[in-house]
Amino acid sequence: MEQDVVILAIESSCDETAASVVRNGREVLSNVISSQIDIHTLYGGVVPEIASRKHTERIDQVVMEALKEAKMTWDDITAIAVTYGPGLVGALLVGVSYAKALAWALHKPLIGVHHIEGHISANYIENTELEPPFMCLVVSGGHSHLVKVADYGKYEILGRTRDDAAGEAFDKVARVIGLGYPGGPKIDKVSYEGNPSAIDFPRPKFADNEYDFSFSGLKSAVLNYLNQLQMKGEDYNQADVAASFQQAVVDVLVGHSMKALDQYGFKKFAIAGGVASNSHLRTAMEEACAKRGVEFFRPSPIFCTDNAAMIGVAAYYEYIAGLRSDWDLNAVPNLKLGER
Amino acid sequence: MKILAIDSSGMVASVALVSDDIVIAEYNVNFKKTHSQTLLPMVDEIVRMLELDTQEIDAIAVAAGPGSFTGLRIGSATVKGLAQALSKPVVAVPTVDALAYNLYGTDCLVCPIMDARRNQTYTGIYSFSRTEDGYKMNVLTNQCAVDIREIIELLNGKGKEVVFLGDGVPVFREQIDELLQVPHTYAPAFMNRQRAAALATLAFEYIREGKTSTAAEFTPIYLRLSQAEREQLEKERATE
Repeated sequence: MEQDVVILAIESSCDETAASVVRNGREVLSNVISSQIDIHTLYGGVVPEIASRKHTERIDQVVMEALKEAKMTWDDITAIAVTYGPGLVGALLVGVSYAKALAWALHKPLIGVHHIEGHISANYIENTELEPPFMCLVVSGGHSHLVKVADYGKYEILGRTRDDAAGEAFDKVARVIGLGYPGGPKIDKVSYEGNPSAIDFPRPKFADNEYDFSFSGLKSAVLNYLNQLQMKGEDYNQADVAASFQQAVVDVLVGHSMKALDQYGFKKFAIAGGVASNSHLRTAMEEACAKRGVEFFRPSPIFCTDNAAMIGVAAYYEYIAGLRSDWDLNAVPNLKLGER
Repeated sequence: MKILAIDSSGMVASVALVSDDIVIAEYNVNFKKTHSQTLLPMVDEIVRMLELDTQEIDAIAVAAGPGSFTGLRIGSATVKGLAQALSKPVVAVPTVDALAYNLYGTDCLVCPIMDARRNQTYTGIYSFSRTEDGYKMNVLTNQCAVDIREIIELLNGKGKEVVFLGDGVPVFREQIDELLQVPHTYAPAFMNRQRAAALATLAFEYIREGKTSTAAEFTPIYLRLSQAEREQLEKERATE
């Protein structure tokens, strides 16, 4: 029998300090996430310097907890993996420096992983039958990408956002309608009480790349709508605004994804990233895929949010492909997907 | 006893392996590359050159801050990872203390100055006094983040000759020469920046005094809040 490949993975690209132990790329033995959301909520969003400091304080406990929960010792670990971009540079540096030191001191191989590649790979955890090729939509607070997954580690970006990420738009709109931070889950919830077609917000398209996204115009449209009402001295319906805004986002995401599926003829479609836990988006995608006879995949919410299990999964496929990082591995805040 | 010492608090990246009263290896780099690219390769180079079994290391010393936030992060996370993997204690030495220790035995006051931007400096005031078997370093002013004029004022009040060192020298030299009324000099190249060998030597004292921590316990000393926290505090004060 071949020996197990056990990867200890670390993720610290934004405001989640996370570590996980993953066996053979599909079996998550532990998945520890220490969220800093309570602190950043005080500032209405993630403060990079605070995030970096908190990572430094938490990283030892998070890593040791992941090892303990997996009932593993250092000897059982085959390789150490870490997110090295994209993300907040100071935050990334904590995970990268720590992972490098661990790997070096333990004489284990080091594998630097792309954060988005991690999000996409999160789909492999619970869908053991899922294999490339498939189409994937990655939507989170920092990213909105429509990606062709040709093979493990082989990606082609069809479309990306030209301004705000989808999750960013959720946060900003939630703030102006008084729902607070983080916007995604709050809008998702309050939308059940609103009318999604109460207000007709724009669904922008681009002539030169029909798969690109733009969410800042939509955010401005919400602001304009609120301002106009205010000038007339009228009140707005929070749930209607939330539901209508969300519907516009969902329509664009589903529309672009389905167009790409039709054009490229993929039989499998997956979503990933923090926004992928939005219940309205999940339902809409599922229905649209079912209509086309396309198989639909999505990770559980715990694997949609930033986590290290997804990094361990992505690292496994890099490990078996023979990819290794050197001791001079650096954090790359604007790392492109498919680049090394 | 062997100490591996790491300082990445400023422009310089410095790594040393010191065994009691012998510096076995020291590697200093003052170059624009980020510490993230230089630090671990330097540690690796030293260990390979010495054919060292890392289990022979008894403790890991680190310049615990203040300093560049990014530099401190890289240094702390690296030291934490090493200490955790090797199950060794961490010796956290204040950066400015370690810098002052470069001038061991001098009769003058020692004033390390690190550039902290906006006319601020990370600094402190130190002296050495004779003991039976050598010199002891005295901390006259604890390391702090202050305006350069404030530390010059303090030194004027002491009325003793001063030696300056640190990456703040090229930044503040003109102001010092203009405002300082006591005799003063600037330390020469081989001792005027962070040296991990000096850090390690000071760390031996910390170990004798039992001042060590675990990887998880150790956090760097920033001496300054983040900008967001500062602004928040100012807002709160304004509304009070």
